[in-house]
Amino acid sequence: MVEFTLPANSKVQEGINHPVKEVSEKPKKVVIYRWNPEDQDNPRLDSYEIDLSKCGPMVLDALMKIKNEIDSSLTFRRSCREGVCGSCAMNIDGVNTLACLKPIEEVNGEIRIYPLPHMPVVKDLVPDLSKAYEQLASIKPWLQRSNENSDSIPGSSEEKKQTPKDREKLDGQWECVLCFCCTTSCPSYWWNSDEYLGPAVLMQAARWVNDSRDSERKERLKAVNDKMKLYRCHSIMNCTRSCPKGLNPAKAIADLKKAIVTEL
Amino acid sequence: MSFDRPLSPHLSIHKMVLTAVFSIFHRFTGICLSLGGILLSVWIILIALGPDYYSMFQNLSTLIFFKIFLFLWTLTIFYHLYNGIRYLFWSYGKMMELSIVYKSGYVVIILSILSTIFVWISI
Repeated sequence: MVEFTLPANSKVQEGINHPVKEVSEKPKKVVIYRWNPEDQDNPRLDSYEIDLSKCGPMVLDALMKIKNEIDSSLTFRRSCREGVCGSCAMNIDGVNTLACLKPIEEVNGEIRIYPLPHMPVVKDLVPDLSKAYEQLASIKPWLQRSNENSDSIPGSSEEKKQTPKDREKLDGQWECVLCFCCTTSCPSYWWNSDEYLGPAVLMQAARWVNDSRDSERKERLKAVNDKMKLYRCHSIMNCTRSCPKGLNPAKAIADLKKAIVTEL
Repeated sequence: MSFDRPLSPHLSIHKMVLTAVFSIFHRFTGICLSLGGILLSVWIILIALGPDYYSMFQNLSTLIFFKIFLFLWTLTIFYHLYNGIRYLFWSYGKMMELSIVYKSGYVVIILSILSTIFVWISI
């Protein structure tokens, strides 16, 4: 359902302005969305000031500095700090990206950080991704080989070979770390997340459709051939603009639509 | 513990992405064209009803307000047409690299403006 405004309990209020403890050489203001399930309050925007001369280069470094030195209650997900795990996905300076891959230098003025857009918030910058994960499971993101199409004995441990050319077809798709930056940047997904699968999941669908070792290509195409699941994509391209790994979900979706027209 | 989780902000905080602006304008111009289509049929009906009614339209058409409206409508036609062609390429999965998407967007704008000016100079 298209609802342009936030529900009453989600309206963002002004928050705490954390005082500066010492004079900093290179001050930078960071404004962060905060919500604590244990308070009865609405979400708020807290502001912090950090000294960039004593901080690592990425936005994630700034977040960890704030958590370590100013406010230990600040909550966010992070793990690998190098763009491989996809945990620290958030909206920085208006665009969804991974905090660990976003240089502080690229942000002019204050750094504004929100959780991934249009998602239920667990706490602070941690969104509830369970719906997105369910949708991912629905496209069966694993290798399927039916007995009759297989040239090897089903269930055997024999390796499933692939020519380098067939392997190339997965390039630009397998690199996805499932951070859901793209999905949560998509206006279509904002308004139809109950049924529309969203760019990240559709790109995974494409990844398995394009795998030469998988025998269920047609079945997979049939499964996504649905006016809500797939065709809510209108090539708005926010997904491609957002992807911190430089992938192109919009193109993967266009190729899925094309394969459905030409092959089913 | 039971509570309603807040919904994180979306439209109000997400940066305006140019590609999204192109997309929403495609819809907007589509709606304008549908409405303009109704006006177009009113115009044809006025011709069919005879000279008295048609002169009513002719009086209207001399107004500057009417001319501006028609000029914008011409722009709308061309934008929707050229952007539609862009969508046709995308249906083939072509020209979907982000840099090309931006460039083709600018081309659509320039072509729409040039075509509109060309039409208004020729009439």
